[in-house]
Amino acid sequence: MFLNFLFASIKAGTPLLFGTTGEIMTEKTGNINLGVEGMMFMGAFMGFYTGYHTGSLALALLAAFGIGVVAALIYAVVTVTFMANQNVAGLTLTIFGIGFGKFFGEAMIGKAGGSPKLSEEFMASISEKPLPVLGNLPVIGKLLFSHNPLVYLSILVAVLCTIYMLRTRAGLNMRAVGENPAAADATGINVTLVKYIHILLGGGICGLGGAYLSLINGGGIWNNSSVVNGQGWISVALVIFASWNPVKAIFGSLIFGAFSVLQFYVPKDVIVIPNAFYVMLPFLITTMVLIITSMKKSKEGSQPAGCGVNYFREER
Amino acid sequence: MENMKNETMAIELRKITKTFGSVVANNNIDLSVKQGEILALLGENGSGKTTLMNMLSGIYKPDHGTILMNGHTVTINSPEDSIKLGVGMIHQHFKLVEALSATDNIILGGTEKGIFLHKRRSEKIREISKRFGLEVDPEKKVYQMSVSEKQTVEILKVLYRKADILILDEPTAVLTPQETKRLFEILRRMKQEGCAVIIITHKLNEVLDISDRVTILRKGESVATVTTSHTSAKELTELMVGRPVELSINHPVTNFNENLLELHHLTVSNEQGYEMIKDISFDLNRGEILGVAGVAGSGQKELCEAIAGLLPVKKGAILYHNENLVGKSPKEIIKMGISMSFIPEDRLGMGLAASMGMVDNMLLKKYNEGNSPFVSKKEARELAKRLVKQLDIVTPNVDTPVRRLSGGNVQKVLLGREIASEPNVIITAYAVRGLDINSSYTIYDLLNEQKQKGVGILFIGEDLDVMLELCDRIMVLCHGKVTGIVDAKTTTKEQLGLLMTDALAGKEESHE
Amino acid sequence: MSNSEDKIKREPLLRVAKKAEISVSKTMGLTLLALALAIVAGGIFLLVIGQNPFKVYGTIVHGAWRSKLAIQGTIKIAIPLLIASLGITLAFQMKFWNIGAEGQIIMGGIFASYFALFFDQLPHTILLLIMFLAGMVGGGLWGLIPAYFKTKFGTNETLFTLMLNYIALYTIKFLTEGPWHDPESSGFPKIASFTPNARLDKIFGVHAGWLIGLILVLVVYIYIRFTKHGYEISVVGESVNTARYAGMNVKKIMMRTMFLSGAICGIAGMTQVSGAAYTLGEGVAGGVGFTAITVAWLSKLNPVVILIVTVLFSMLEKGCSVMQSAFGLSAATSGILQGIILFFVLAFDFFTRYRFILRKGRKA
Repeated sequence: MFLNFLFASIKAGTPLLFGTTGEIMTEKTGNINLGVEGMMFMGAFMGFYTGYHTGSLALALLAAFGIGVVAALIYAVVTVTFMANQNVAGLTLTIFGIGFGKFFGEAMIGKAGGSPKLSEEFMASISEKPLPVLGNLPVIGKLLFSHNPLVYLSILVAVLCTIYMLRTRAGLNMRAVGENPAAADATGINVTLVKYIHILLGGGICGLGGAYLSLINGGGIWNNSSVVNGQGWISVALVIFASWNPVKAIFGSLIFGAFSVLQFYVPKDVIVIPNAFYVMLPFLITTMVLIITSMKKSKEGSQPAGCGVNYFREER
Repeated sequence: MENMKNETMAIELRKITKTFGSVVANNNIDLSVKQGEILALLGENGSGKTTLMNMLSGIYKPDHGTILMNGHTVTINSPEDSIKLGVGMIHQHFKLVEALSATDNIILGGTEKGIFLHKRRSEKIREISKRFGLEVDPEKKVYQMSVSEKQTVEILKVLYRKADILILDEPTAVLTPQETKRLFEILRRMKQEGCAVIIITHKLNEVLDISDRVTILRKGESVATVTTSHTSAKELTELMVGRPVELSINHPVTNFNENLLELHHLTVSNEQGYEMIKDISFDLNRGEILGVAGVAGSGQKELCEAIAGLLPVKKGAILYHNENLVGKSPKEIIKMGISMSFIPEDRLGMGLAASMGMVDNMLLKKYNEGNSPFVSKKEARELAKRLVKQLDIVTPNVDTPVRRLSGGNVQKVLLGREIASEPNVIITAYAVRGLDINSSYTIYDLLNEQKQKGVGILFIGEDLDVMLELCDRIMVLCHGKVTGIVDAKTTTKEQLGLLMTDALAGKEESHE
Repeated sequence: MSNSEDKIKREPLLRVAKKAEISVSKTMGLTLLALALAIVAGGIFLLVIGQNPFKVYGTIVHGAWRSKLAIQGTIKIAIPLLIASLGITLAFQMKFWNIGAEGQIIMGGIFASYFALFFDQLPHTILLLIMFLAGMVGGGLWGLIPAYFKTKFGTNETLFTLMLNYIALYTIKFLTEGPWHDPESSGFPKIASFTPNARLDKIFGVHAGWLIGLILVLVVYIYIRFTKHGYEISVVGESVNTARYAGMNVKKIMMRTMFLSGAICGIAGMTQVSGAAYTLGEGVAGGVGFTAITVAWLSKLNPVVILIVTVLFSMLEKGCSVMQSAFGLSAATSGILQGIILFFVLAFDFFTRYRFILRKGRKA
């Protein structure tokens, strides 16, 4: 029972991990993109559409990543080049992305004459199966090594992003841009380029999260009305919870995922807590985290100092 | 080619022009530096020194003109280009990433090979810092550093990149004399190694001390370049100001003999919790201008803000006619019938609302009068119009956002409003910073006029010559302590300079 | 010496420079140009998906105004958007980035619903008045919380208000599934419909929210432009230091303004539950709070412009839903077109502050 619960938590946390890692990459470079929900919706559609027509998981993921990059590109052009308000641009991207996903989703339904379904072979490629050797281990074999391939991908992406951020030169440059673009600029870093690269990368990763939602959570059937359903927003919250560190986001997404499925696993006759509280709890905790970090006035583990402010070199 | 090398200039600027919106910051400026030479760039605030240097460091782009390096025309599109050309600039406002360590700030944007950061990168920085005798903890985060530590990191940044053209923007403003001396030693060493150094400053003694040649800017134009050994402080001042300076600031004599403000054992911490004012006592009389001198950051800002009720006082008392102002908000101070005017250093960030017009800015301290929930703008509009006439404020109209006005006009708006409120006490911080000489004289005249009316004026200044002329007494601050209060008539600049250094403060401390 | 030849670089094709500030009429002109280009871009999008843009645009406009019913529908969409945008305006004027309109609308709805559900024996006018005030208090408190922490600890308000949206949303979920669950709906989680006594009256066929909205346009306009409070908000938005210098109590002003900002959004929640849905459901805000932010920003925080933009956006939404039945083209087109318009206007705002300079000094 408990094992099933943990297993389900990991599964439910994975799309959040993609969204959060993507948003961390974006915020670390000094831009807050509130368009995660929209980018995920676009990724959800593109992933499903490509999987539906080509039957290839790799192509589906590539397409989802690609559309995420395109969506983030719009945001980057508007905020980095045209220096528009980041909050408003992000919200616009959400409106646009949901419109985009729903529009083409409906068109897809219209063409298929009903909710389109992914092929058996495709579903097999994303099914949960134990990994060789590791999957046969007792307990952890089932818990950690018997997931669908996207779960491993999400963790791989999060770990790689963390190593990149903290251990590489390019990562250092990116953190500097996010904290103080003027200082980064003065050392010869191309601020605009760094911002573009990471906003686009972040968007692509968010797109993968969308693909997870439509391919895995949707059970192979396209659901136009509630494919993303707020998961993008939760990802934005998780960024704070994870204090801008993708590895911490792995655990964060597990916790957030756990809360979202907890209601199905708590014995109803023993504990009578309303279901709504389980889903609300992550947000309450995140709010607490936000308050506590602001009380500490710490420079580490809080939002990059340059976040939300556009940079213009000749500003004075 | 080889013997020509010494003759070619490391840097040569030809006819550089730069405008910001409608403001001409640099106009047809020529400038050159040889290798192994220290050039001082001298000029008043607002004369365009920093703007000019920012075009070498790639922050700004010139509108017109050419930049030559070693005799070749170059185009500097970005700081990246500038660094590649071997230019290292230490900005007045440090360009450091607060959340990163010293090491990471130093290697930032570096062109070393390798994808990954070296685990022991701090060791390398420690070595370099030892070699140059610049002690800094390479793993310390910048936000935990003091100002001089931050500057050390900035210098290491430049040394690390092996820059052969070094630009320093007012590097000594935040330094103690000892630190300044050490900095100058480093600069001389770099000069011997063949570097070209440009140092921006407006302190004459430093110019004479360190430079080989001096280029003087005035109002965005280069007026002269002279060899340091052939010039004098007097000549430099004249060039900088643009006319023979007999510094004929009026000095009216008043006779009020009445105490206005008394400060007793005042201790004030800034927002970060550091004690910036330590146990200072002085008084301010009617009809007098009391100057406050000191190295930047000696507690001037905190002193002003504490008296104005903007910073909480930790210990001590501020008495106005024997009534204690400590613990009162600015509003309560106004309500007590004390009319105190504070002209802050940051005019558009504190004294005025930048995107509002003159009319709305006139209301700033008075909008709350009366019981009506609505703001009445009638009087404010009249006042604004009156000020435009009286003070020759140049503005398209009284509703134009004040940030569009020039620095001098902004200061006239601010000072005009404060004087119009008929204050008993005026506190001014760097009242003429960034103003040209004519505007400065207007401001001096306005202050003298108030003095004659019996107003007590606290004048925070930076130009000692001006202060000696304008003020009645001068109080010197050093590291938040008063090192002396002297009569302006009988004091010399050298004496003030001595009081500003902490050599004396240290002595006093050891006596206690 | 030869390597310095390599260092000689060409200028980039395009660079950005600050320009002298331009007049209001020029700014307006630029915005209209952006709007026009957005319509063209939207048209190209429609062409690409195989539609006749003229026909589609025509249908949208016609669809929103073709009949009394359609007009009423358009206005109904406009009401919460208008009211919430006005609420946002107060916070944004103070440069307080209130992204929490969604949650404030919901809280307004919850507070108002409490009285609708449990005090519906009260006289109609009094009940509605109480609901109105309750809505204000609910939304206001939800705005006050982030303001309190912002003034106390400097807590980031963007992220804080964002979180509060979800706490509010799940509060509805809690109420729906638990304490306020409609016993008559058996297993289906739902709150009972309000009795007619707790429903907002209709004026000219649409619930009175439109009148409240119009009155609020005037009130907010006067409040910001002519009152002492409005002056304080503008100064705080300009610079907190200037406000302190002027003797203003910045904390008090921030909390008061955020209370009002949230309270106005709360009114939107109240009109939604009592005028449109006649019940409280998770869709009470339905993203209006987010759209309101874009509307307020697009309108440069001018209440009158907000009214115009709200009507345009509502027309787009209503027209697109009509288009769905007419062309079989998804109503989601509205989101895409809204997005395109917003992106263009956002980007074009750039040209009011900066200009591009082409190589060799040619000006763009």
